[in-house]
Amino acid sequence: MAASRENNRINVRELINKNKNGKNMSRLTENIIPTILFMIASISILTTVGIIYTLLSEAIEFFRRVPIWDFFTGTVLRPLSQDPAFGILPLINGTIISSLIAILVAGPIGMMTAVYLSEYASEKRRRTWKPMLEILAGIPTIVYGFFAFTFVTPVIRTIFPAVEATNILSPGLIMGVMIIPMIASLSEDAMTSVPNSMREGALALGATKLEMTFKVVVPAALSGIISSFVLGISRAIGETMIVTIASGSSKHFTFDITQSMQTMTAYIVEVAGGDAPAGETIYYSLYAVALTLFVFTLMMNLLARYIARKFREEY
Amino acid sequence: MQYVDTGNVQKRLNSRLLKNNLFKGIFFLATIFGLVVLAVLLIRVGTQGISWMDWNFLTGRLSTDADRAGIMGAILGTSWLMLVVIPVTLFLGVGTAIYLELYAKKGKLQTIIATNISNLAGVPSIVYGLLGLTVFVRAMSVGNVVLAGGLTLSLLVLPIVIVSAQEAIRAVPQHLSEASYGMGATKWQTVKNIILPAAIPGILTGSILALSRAIGETAPLTVLGIPALLIPFPEGFFDPFTALPMQIYYWTLDSSLVDEYAYLAAATIVVLLMLLFLLNAVAIHIRNKFGQRY
Repeated sequence: MAASRENNRINVRELINKNKNGKNMSRLTENIIPTILFMIASISILTTVGIIYTLLSEAIEFFRRVPIWDFFTGTVLRPLSQDPAFGILPLINGTIISSLIAILVAGPIGMMTAVYLSEYASEKRRRTWKPMLEILAGIPTIVYGFFAFTFVTPVIRTIFPAVEATNILSPGLIMGVMIIPMIASLSEDAMTSVPNSMREGALALGATKLEMTFKVVVPAALSGIISSFVLGISRAIGETMIVTIASGSSKHFTFDITQSMQTMTAYIVEVAGGDAPAGETIYYSLYAVALTLFVFTLMMNLLARYIARKFREEY
Repeated sequence: MQYVDTGNVQKRLNSRLLKNNLFKGIFFLATIFGLVVLAVLLIRVGTQGISWMDWNFLTGRLSTDADRAGIMGAILGTSWLMLVVIPVTLFLGVGTAIYLELYAKKGKLQTIIATNISNLAGVPSIVYGLLGLTVFVRAMSVGNVVLAGGLTLSLLVLPIVIVSAQEAIRAVPQHLSEASYGMGATKWQTVKNIILPAAIPGILTGSILALSRAIGETAPLTVLGIPALLIPFPEGFFDPFTALPMQIYYWTLDSSLVDEYAYLAAATIVVLLMLLFLLNAVAIHIRNKFGQRY
């Protein structure tokens, strides 16, 4: 009896020891796991560093060959000619015009959609239509490019024969359609978060729904609406495939929207796709343009966040 | 005696109500507009594409002859890409989300990483293409093969996966992990056995959406120099490949030379869109089936 008790005691000790060893193991994993996870998390930082480093290092080489002033003020872009000229203004011009057309389509329509969904539509309709609209945002841009090139441009050309086969108008319009759900969705979120007491106050004073919407709800949600516009523009600036396919590659510095223009993104596709030999100025121009594009979109995104935060009304 | 001129009030009110109804109609039309364009796009591409879709088209090799061209190579290329993108984004995305939500101390570093992720989400996809070209294709001299394309697309969709995984982890109720700690479990045991399994439906939903984004991306692939030529089918991570969006791109560009290419592009779009809708349906199904059961 005493012996078996002795045995039991030993067994328990062994168990405790075993358990301690196990705890050591688990203590080890407990210490290692956070380090591993931190390393994984730092990949996102590394990506940013990688983007900035690659763009900067190659762009600096470009600016050694082409003065930075000439680059940003030049209106002539002839990268492939015997006597090349690298002015980025035609590209910036094309980018701004296409984004402007896009926001002129997506801004009003997106905001009206947001007003309809948040103020007028029934709950049931809102819940079915919002996801349907969001399908628009999920369609690959290459599909929009195909649609703009093979359908929208021919339709425009039958109405206005003066429009060229590749032009900035039709990709701009289609980019606008692509951005509608983004603006509608973000603006709707901003409007929905306006408290109902404010709506009821306006209605109780005798305002119609329209007056309530534009005198109370929209001003209260303005920061969210503006930041959705800025994000939409940023999206249009960075959009690539629609403009590459449908707006052609002519590098004229023009404001005529019926003509072909090139955007910064389309230039990158053209030069990179043409297998620019490393070491040539045209190869480095790729990175200078990409750096400009990156700075443009980064500034727009930061601006959108700043507006959304700074001017958010608190209720 | 009447203090209010009812007739005048009624008249004014009527015009305001009329305006209200008029604008209600305008807002309704604006909402419809996007849906109408979507319908026109789908019908147009669908009718163009269906007529060229047959077994030969789906299983055939590429050809300059429009009648014999098939997209098997592009289908295989896209599949190989997914074999890289799925594990890499899941591993990196979920790992980052766990770190940010459960391990990182509230402080500067966490804010920096979080801000950085939201900025990365706004970087144009073509810039990722240049990153991939410079780092994977040239510096590591992997070449424009499946691995380089997959890693580039992974980095591109990583922010989406991280944010959705973070939301899924945050949605796991506190009392579950408290119960786990109460039973004597360690932190990692709690994460591994309690939090992650509960968050998996949310993580999967977000990851599938990110995946469908990656499948449709074209711009980074054009920068990487992915061809749409007569190349052998890819058989490994280090083989050159083409993908469905690249095929659409080349056929669209060349449709002004050969009219039939427009139909080939449309048929390829039908395949791509069906794939994307299928993925979205799966994501919605997962969300409905497993969403919020606590």
